Amino acid sequence: MYSFDYERPSGVNEAVSAIREDDKFLAGGQTLLPTLKLRLAQADKLIDLSGIAELKGISVSESEVSIGAMTRHVDVANSADVKSAIPALAYLASHIGDAQVRNRGTIGGSISNNDPAADYPAALVGLGATVHTNKRSISAEDFFVDLFETALEEDELVTKVTFPVPEKAGYAKFPNPASRFALTGVFVAQTAQGVRVAVTGAGPCVFRQTDMEAALSSNFSADAVSGIKTEASGLSADIHASADYRANLISVMAARAVQAAS
Amino acid sequence: MTTVSMTVNGKQVSAEVAPNTLLVQFIRENLRLTGTHVGCDTSQCGACTVHVDGDSVKSCTMLAVQADGAEVTTIEGLAQNGELHPMQAAFKENHGLQCGFCTPGMIMSAVDLVKRNPNPSEETIRTELEGNICRCTGYHNIVKSVKSASENMGG
Ligand SMILES: Cc1cc2nc3c(=O)[nH]c(=O)nc-3n(C[C@H](O)[C@H](O)[C@H](O)COP(=O)(O)OP(=O)(O)OC[C@H]3O[C@@H](n4cnc5c(N)ncnc54)[C@H](O)[C@@H]3O)c2cc1C
Ligand code: FES
Ligand code: FES
Repeated sequence: MYSFDYERPSGVNEAVSAIREDDKFLAGGQTLLPTLKLRLAQADKLIDLSGIAELKGISVSESEVSIGAMTRHVDVANSADVKSAIPALAYLASHIGDAQVRNRGTIGGSISNNDPAADYPAALVGLGATVHTNKRSISAEDFFVDLFETALEEDELVTKVTFPVPEKAGYAKFPNPASRFALTGVFVAQTAQGVRVAVTGAGPCVFRQTDMEAALSSNFSADAVSGIKTEASGLSADIHASADYRANLISVMAARAVQAAS
Repeated sequence: MTTVSMTVNGKQVSAEVAPNTLLVQFIRENLRLTGTHVGCDTSQCGACTVHVDGDSVKSCTMLAVQADGAEVTTIEGLAQNGELHPMQAAFKENHGLQCGFCTPGMIMSAVDLVKRNPNPSEETIRTELEGNICRCTGYHNIVKSVKSASENMGG
């Protein structure tokens, strides 16, 4: 690791005014520290967000689940409120990486990083969530731009994510057997605005599978999606799986997600 | 340089460190507690697992400055008054190790998993230990050790 300075502010304004061009926010460090160690990234200064109390915690109302950016995966997975409002979201968080990663990694860090194989992007897009920053509110679909790219500006900090409570939702992923990242993961939700199907891991960025949304709108059952194919061109191919394999996994995981929906 | 202070295995420690010092480096090099191992240094293997404020974490993926003010427990902190912790004793009893390289991390993860799941099934033990890799045992005796320790720890 190259050397860097370190600061731990106690408020959002302080954090945002401290950041300069080559600085980085540090959340759980489960992505940032490995990339710094491999010298894939470099920072003049790390601004540790862990001292900012207002970024932590979960609140749940009848219609909405709100999760602070610095809330760890383990806290979402174990929250009785999240489990009862959106069980699929707690399930998703409980299947991120391994226990040690879930004890440090945060929702804000995960979505700001926008790894193409991360789990949370599927939940945000699948549920039609809103990302709140120190500057504005961004719909999940506008937030995730491309491979490792989000709508965030350099000095913009994610403060929380709000999820509308769906009628029901389900998530299924085929995990990479080594890292547990999603080789392909599908989040399905029946919401007041209609059915939404979001796919992660299969392409360079999370996307909606609209043919499946249409099919599920008239018949919310696993049979309705298991036969719907996704075009393989444009999907990711690597040593773990070909694009065709991922395209097939979308149908299989979508059917499982519908079956699991509650 | 930055000053960090934390409690490690019940003892208050304080030192001047560069901000890019990893917690595992601090534990091994400053405190000379070399029971915590570095297997991969890329956040995969769990050999470096310690407890920070009661939670298992990979100490190669945390900065020493991030543990400022925390309570840290390493493998050296488990035995009490010369008596092995029940998890350590169970690994010994059930042949839960061969070369022993992964063992400190396995045991730290296992202690945390039994704390969260007092009576874990074999399946729970296997999924909860996903962050710890062993190249020798084939895991079977590790799972047996954890199961046996959980029975002793509960009782
Ligand atoms: C072994 C291993 C397995 C994993 N498996 C999975 C998996 O199965 N599924 C999965 O989804 N993820 C997985 N991850 C990634 C994990 O979920 C990380 O927690 C996550 O990607 C990053 O979150 P973090 O809090 O650690 O962020 P950090 O690593 O601290 O930060 C990541 C990036 O986001 C920026 N950032 C952080 N917080 C904010 C904020 N509030 N506002 C703006 N920018 C911010 C940082 O500057 C940095 O660029 C795995 C990681 C490891 C090491
Ligand atoms: S040395 Fe830390 S996870 Fe392998
Ligand atoms: S006993 Fe050798 S790596 Fe586990």
